Amino acid sequence: MTEPLLSVHGCSFRYHGGDFRLQDVSLDVYPGQVVGIVGPNGSGKSTLLRVMAGLLPPDAGSVRLGGAPIRSMGRRQVARRLAFLPQSPETSFGFAVREVVAMGRYPHLGAFGFLTERDVGIVERALVETASVPLAGRSFVTLSGGERQRVLIASIIAQEPSVMLLDEPTAALDIHHAAEVLDLLWALSRKGIGVVAVTHDLNAASQFCDRVALLSCGGVARTGTPAEVMDQALLSRVYGADVRVLRNPVTSTPLVIVPGRTAHDAS
Amino acid sequence: MTRAKGYLSAGHMAVMLSGAGLLWLAIGLGCLFWGQVSVAPGDVVRILTGGEAPAQDVNIVLMQRLPRVLLGLLAGGALGVAGAVFQALLRNPLATPHTLGVSAGAALGAVLAIALNLEAPRAGPFTSVQLFALAGALVDIGIVYLLARHRDVFSPLRLLLAGVTLGLISSALIMFVRFISDPQKLVMVDRWLMGGLDVQGFRSLAAVLPLLVPAVLILLTEADAMNQLSLGEEMAAGRGVDVPKVQAEAFLAGSVLTAAIVSVAGPIGFVGLIVPHVLRGIFGPDHRALLFLCFFGGGIFLAGADTVARSAFAPSELPVGVLTAMVGGPFFLVLLVTKIR
Repeated sequence: MTEPLLSVHGCSFRYHGGDFRLQDVSLDVYPGQVVGIVGPNGSGKSTLLRVMAGLLPPDAGSVRLGGAPIRSMGRRQVARRLAFLPQSPETSFGFAVREVVAMGRYPHLGAFGFLTERDVGIVERALVETASVPLAGRSFVTLSGGERQRVLIASIIAQEPSVMLLDEPTAALDIHHAAEVLDLLWALSRKGIGVVAVTHDLNAASQFCDRVALLSCGGVARTGTPAEVMDQALLSRVYGADVRVLRNPVTSTPLVIVPGRTAHDAS
Repeated sequence: MTRAKGYLSAGHMAVMLSGAGLLWLAIGLGCLFWGQVSVAPGDVVRILTGGEAPAQDVNIVLMQRLPRVLLGLLAGGALGVAGAVFQALLRNPLATPHTLGVSAGAALGAVLAIALNLEAPRAGPFTSVQLFALAGALVDIGIVYLLARHRDVFSPLRLLLAGVTLGLISSALIMFVRFISDPQKLVMVDRWLMGGLDVQGFRSLAAVLPLLVPAVLILLTEADAMNQLSLGEEMAAGRGVDVPKVQAEAFLAGSVLTAAIVSVAGPIGFVGLIVPHVLRGIFGPDHRALLFLCFFGGGIFLAGADTVARSAFAPSELPVGVLTAMVGGPFFLVLLVTKIR
């Protein structure tokens, strides 16, 4: 088996003085895989993603990027290999879309960050890859939610990382744009990038992820293929709800629903 | 417009900056031709080129107008840069060099020095009023820094709250000092608070430059990182920016820059708000170009405004801080209306 690109081993984390948000979590990310991090609200998904990105230092355990401890690496050095996209980045000052994508080159550039021919080529290809060329001259703040997310993904493509970490990349998107973004991430993974996405959408995770980590109260309840993790009894326990797992007739992946009270009323 | 085409290149920037630099030089020179006392333009040219001219005119042009114009160029430039930096740091387009309490701290120091009759003693190029102003600014900078830095993280919101509160406390203390001081002193206090570039010699330049030069250089090296911060702290950190370091440097250097200017020229308003806005609107938000442009643009605006302030109201002189606010305010409103449409 190939070496993991990013490896979290036995990590625990708590915010200052607070309760543990993560306890003894381990997770490996391999090249060419989409890994979904799922779990109920407050189960530690976003915290885990930040620990993986080296943005939060774990209280115990280790995070290794390309085999080296992430804490021993400089921030730029990390950013050349690992990209992190928070849930809703700020949008001030009306940068043009092309400028926003070009910002992805930051960790590769010297003082003052002028782009070389090669950098410009990378940025232009990222625009093409995300179908953002028609947006390139527009001001980023004028874009719709779906367009923004595409442009931000273009910017982390331009960063040329081997691992991408995304916090709820489809949270604010309609089903069409959500599918578009997930398709894009899936396509990136087929080029050998390790993609990790936190998501609430178990069906999207089932459809697009190669592996899923289900978190529960700061620990990993189960890691495996979507079929292994989307287990009716397990999900019902972790989410504390009456969860049913069916088979998606179109994609043959697990289809997760919570019937809720209306369904009982109808039957 | 330049940014529709895309990327900022070194060549691009060289063209933009030499244009701005030439305009800066031209306006600076032009300002030497006007003043309360009229000196024939031919004489000004002769004086500047080292030719013969009446001794009195030489004195006016070289010893009075020249240091004042230079101070206007530097002070306006510094306030423009500090404004752009605070707007980036706080991600708030309404931030000015005076938002974070630095100027109010400096004003408190200056007002104390005036009220305590300490105008006379000097240390090197500094008068005691300037030294007290710098000390007052440093106290506020230190307190705001400690309050805003929470567990190694700098939060723009905490920075804003701490800075604005310190500013209000300093202003309240100024009121208190005014209340207990000799009424004759109040005129001087008020005059200082209006802000202006009058009664400055080359001495003030010597007092400003040692703080201004390193602060501006530090800020220019972080211009690139400030672009990243406009998408938020986490996004910037994910791109490899050492966010706490950049924030601390931007806050400290921007504050020192402001303190240096306020200590010699008083709290001159509107330059630091309006100049970054106008230039961002024209040339785009990229801080690598914007900070340079703000330096030149702020200098042009303030030196020009000061020339009007000291010429148009002869024989008396309008404090330039009053003029920048009177001209800058309405201009800004026009901008607001035309931009919103």
